[in-house]
Amino acid sequence: MDQATEGMASMIHSRITSSPIDPQAVLSRVGAASDGAVLLFLGVVRDHADARAVDSLEYEAYVEMAEPVLRELAEETAVRLGTDRVAVEHRIGSLAIGEVSVAIAVSSPHRAESYEASRYMIEEIKRRLPIWKREGYVDGSRAWVAGTPVEGP
Amino acid sequence: MTPRGAFLYRPGMDSVRTLFFARYRDLLGLGEIDIPLAAPLSLEQFVGALRARGEPFDRLPRDPAVAVNREVVRPGSTVKPGDEVAFLPPVAGG
Repeated sequence: MDQATEGMASMIHSRITSSPIDPQAVLSRVGAASDGAVLLFLGVVRDHADARAVDSLEYEAYVEMAEPVLRELAEETAVRLGTDRVAVEHRIGSLAIGEVSVAIAVSSPHRAESYEASRYMIEEIKRRLPIWKREGYVDGSRAWVAGTPVEGP
Repeated sequence: MTPRGAFLYRPGMDSVRTLFFARYRDLLGLGEIDIPLAAPLSLEQFVGALRARGEPFDRLPRDPAVAVNREVVRPGSTVKPGDEVAFLPPVAGG
């Protein structure tokens, strides 16, 4: 499911995966001799939602759409970053507390661009990526997270 | 014979592959159905016709977010035979 563009100079990497995310591997995809800032963001499954105790999360994706959308978000992020050193992976399937659901790595000559671009990527993922999550609570019940209505083009 | 692969989004030229995800799939008890369609409709007409089939389709919202051929579309867009239409509940990635 790797959307990396083969045969082109771009280092942009994006992937939807049902396997555990390796943050070090995502981080190692970015960085260059000209970069003074390397930033890794991890989204991690936490043990509560509002006041309810959560013991698992299940992510569902419209994979055939999520892959090109994630790629598009990575390309938009690269424009903001001013470099092509962007790597993003989003996990789907069942996740336990503490597991990584999303990893975003960026690098740029200066830190401001990396912070801004990383923030842009995670916020746009939450607005535009066709992925849904269902929380499993310690009492055995489950519920879809309310989420953000998708806006048109 | 036309190779199947030539029609990436076109399971049949006389129908619309219609997908329901997450909350909508649970609401309908159904993730996918081919809806027969002979001629193009507006998105609103398509959704209205689907809801008019009654249970369980009338449980769908009247004005849902929809992707046609894997891109979110504006109101007034067209649904054609052979398209892939996906009903998208509010998203919650990250």
